[in-house]
Amino acid sequence: MKLSALHQSYLNRRNNIFRGQAVDPSADGAMKSPAAVFWLALHGLCCLVSLILGFRFSRLVFFLLFSTSATTNLYTVPLQQVAEEASGGSVLHFSSTPAVNQELPVNKTAPRVVVGRHGIRIRPWPHPNPVEVMKAHRIIERVQREQRAQFGVKNPRNLIAVTPTYVRTFQTLHLTGVMHSLMLVPYDLVWIVVEAGGASNETASLIAKSGLTTIHTGVKERMPSLWADRHRFEAKMRLHALKIVRDRKLDGIVMFMDDSNMHSMELFDEIQNVKWVGALSVGILVHSTNVGESSLSDVQKEADNPVIPVQGPACNSSNILVGWHTFNPLPLKEKSANHIDDWGMVLPRKLEWAGFVLNSRLLWKDFSDKPEWMKDLILFDEVDDVESPLLLLKDASIVEPLGSCGRQVMLWWLRVEARTDSKFPPGWVINPPLEITVPSKRTPWPDIPTEHLTVDNSIGAQEQIGVVKRPAKAKGSRSKRSSRSRRKHEARTVETQVSEKQTKQN
Amino acid sequence: MKMLTNIWTLILLGFLCSAFPSMEPMRTGALKLHRSQPTERISGSAGDVLDDDPVGRLKVFVYELPSKYNKKILQKDQRCLTHMFAAEIFMHRFLLSSAVRTLNPEEADWFYTPVYTTCDLTPNGLPLPFKSPRMMRSAIQLISSNWPYWNRSEGADHFFLVPHDFGACFHYQEEKAIERGILPLLQRATLVQTFGQRNHVCLKDGSITIPPYAPPQKMQAHLIHEKTPRSIFVYFRGLFYDVGNDPEGGYYARGARAAVWENFKDNPLFDISTEHPTTYYEDMQRAIFCLCPLGWAPWSPRLVEAVIFGCIPIIIADDIVLPFADAIPWEDIGVFVDEKDVPNLDTILTSIPVEVILRKQRLLANPSMKQAMLFPQPAQSGDAFHQVLNGLARKLPHGRSNVYLKPGQKILNWTAGPVGDLKPW
Repeated sequence: MKLSALHQSYLNRRNNIFRGQAVDPSADGAMKSPAAVFWLALHGLCCLVSLILGFRFSRLVFFLLFSTSATTNLYTVPLQQVAEEASGGSVLHFSSTPAVNQELPVNKTAPRVVVGRHGIRIRPWPHPNPVEVMKAHRIIERVQREQRAQFGVKNPRNLIAVTPTYVRTFQTLHLTGVMHSLMLVPYDLVWIVVEAGGASNETASLIAKSGLTTIHTGVKERMPSLWADRHRFEAKMRLHALKIVRDRKLDGIVMFMDDSNMHSMELFDEIQNVKWVGALSVGILVHSTNVGESSLSDVQKEADNPVIPVQGPACNSSNILVGWHTFNPLPLKEKSANHIDDWGMVLPRKLEWAGFVLNSRLLWKDFSDKPEWMKDLILFDEVDDVESPLLLLKDASIVEPLGSCGRQVMLWWLRVEARTDSKFPPGWVINPPLEITVPSKRTPWPDIPTEHLTVDNSIGAQEQIGVVKRPAKAKGSRSKRSSRSRRKHEARTVETQVSEKQTKQN
Repeated sequence: MKMLTNIWTLILLGFLCSAFPSMEPMRTGALKLHRSQPTERISGSAGDVLDDDPVGRLKVFVYELPSKYNKKILQKDQRCLTHMFAAEIFMHRFLLSSAVRTLNPEEADWFYTPVYTTCDLTPNGLPLPFKSPRMMRSAIQLISSNWPYWNRSEGADHFFLVPHDFGACFHYQEEKAIERGILPLLQRATLVQTFGQRNHVCLKDGSITIPPYAPPQKMQAHLIHEKTPRSIFVYFRGLFYDVGNDPEGGYYARGARAAVWENFKDNPLFDISTEHPTTYYEDMQRAIFCLCPLGWAPWSPRLVEAVIFGCIPIIIADDIVLPFADAIPWEDIGVFVDEKDVPNLDTILTSIPVEVILRKQRLLANPSMKQAMLFPQPAQSGDAFHQVLNGLARKLPHGRSNVYLKPGQKILNWTAGPVGDLKPW
């Protein structure tokens, strides 16, 4: 009774906060009894005490004396010392249990759950247990495997990834990207790496880190330096890989993963839908470098090409292949690169090999079910330029469009290469470490945005060094190939200059 | 010789017939809850009883009340159609056009009174229950004076929808609700409510628990592809401390939500926070477990959302009675954790065998499970409306209990209850 009156006064306050202007009429009656008045007076006294002490003393006393839970841990730490004193006393149910029990009909058992204030249970060390975290991860893995089995691809086929590569500065960068994508693929995989200039140890050590089944072969000739020749040579290297598939009778889906492309994981799931030959949409990440400077005629020409050019199958409204979206290089021809060290951007060919996938059985020599539209690989030994896998087919209309008829773009084409004179630390390890340590607030280079870095080698003025700001579009990095090397080159010299200045100032 | 072969074939047939039910994967008869309290279950499970069709098994008569009890209230505040108590309005609309409705009260098994007691909303959208007892009382007085069917049984063949926090106790605070108890006039009626807790004053025997209303179209609009891998282990979004009403903690959720926060706020497996993300539904579909702890009342729409999105519900509410508990095997589908075991939640969850988890996910994927939790407009077969009717049909025939009173017998006390309730509405 006493407790309930006090409780009710507290709850009345809570009422008003909870519902705003609502007033509960039925609660007024309980305040009138003398016991309630006495407890109100005591409550007022406790309020005065708390004003002096600075915290809510009355609730604390009641909570400690009449705590419901017998657990050892209470919420606030300072209570623990006081709790030890109070635990000697009897432990009563905080809420007015007798009153509750009176209202229950006789045949119901006493409720296990009591209304009122409960302690907040905290275990002694409330932090994650690494063993349990590992168990949970195994559970998650198993659930995801089950999901893949139920909703993913049924009877997944092997993948055969063909990557032409050659040793150069950015090889580690590109090949690691492709390698990590392949390591995430949940299907069985064979990776055929064809290297220009013969199979080298650098490439071999790189791909050995992947833990995948790899076939590393080399082609004797070195990579040519004209981009047009390069494209042709890469096609040759891919045909070399296809011959390996034919000779070893590898079974699966052949896909062409150029080492400078970006692949999304959905790509690998989508490819499983192919029957014989499939085509995907490839996003091409080239664009005119300065959009603002392009003339009006350029803009009009760009309107014909989509904003991000996409190469791939074109379908009509009933999702049947009717043609091809190709990349139109003409408006950008003046700005394109011809030579390996050129300033302009590298353009793709009309249809890249990367956008096609083949069933490896098409390449086998004596495959009984081979369709008649597939030409034999031997015919292409002497052919100079196999621009795209479509040339391997007699009839291009059998190609299956993948990725909801080319509407989904799951891979991106981009060629970024370092200049031949770029100096990168061998093995990408800076050894010995840089000596200059600059406090973070002051960087050796100022934040003035500069224009294009010029090709000349003058390093003197500090203004030339700066963060080259590009328009923030997704086609970002094609022109950075020389800027990165330049920046590093100049950063080192600038650091020495700054250190000199510092010593002078000091 | 012939007789012998006949006898053998009979025995064989008898053997086969008895073997068939035992091959069903689901159990029949009495089931033990994890708290060792046996519950009588109808034979079968999700997919069996949930598919029952109530049409033809019962007849419902809908009283024509003046529009001040229903339409006018709804017109004053349209939010009543979208909040979690909207089941009372949609049930009315469903029954008006349903095949179980009869216009002849003489042949009706059940009588429905459409009074919207949970539609008096504050500016914030929370329903005020202070006038609800008077409204209900006035409605009952109306039907008892205009039709003879109430007095015939004193309401034992009538059912009412009371989806508020504590059902027909008509209060949002638990102590107050317990003090008031169920409205005395509703003592004999069947209550269809969202609140359910064993051995609680506000849940009477024979009540039907329903899920709270969750908007079906909104949830359908946020469905993502099923092959999206489930990468979140435990997911929860909501309050841990109700700072406005219970700043120190300990009252809200009986301290259980606060315990979850204090124990697991730095645990990478628990994606819990008080934010309101726009991707809430999508996130639930990427989670394996979804916490459904109690709040001020033990029930919450989180259970419905978890079932729809295939996330195993972890129910932290002692003695809770879940919706359609007699038709849905909740212990097979969800995980029940006592409030006192909350600090060990991570141990409990990681020690569940993977096969059990996969089985729960399979049961949750059952479309009739998901359908039973929803109140779609227009009504579809197997949805929550039909489950309510199934529940009512299972209580028939009325002859079993003392439904119909002898002439002159009076059980209800029309003057019981707080003085404030007796004022006319």
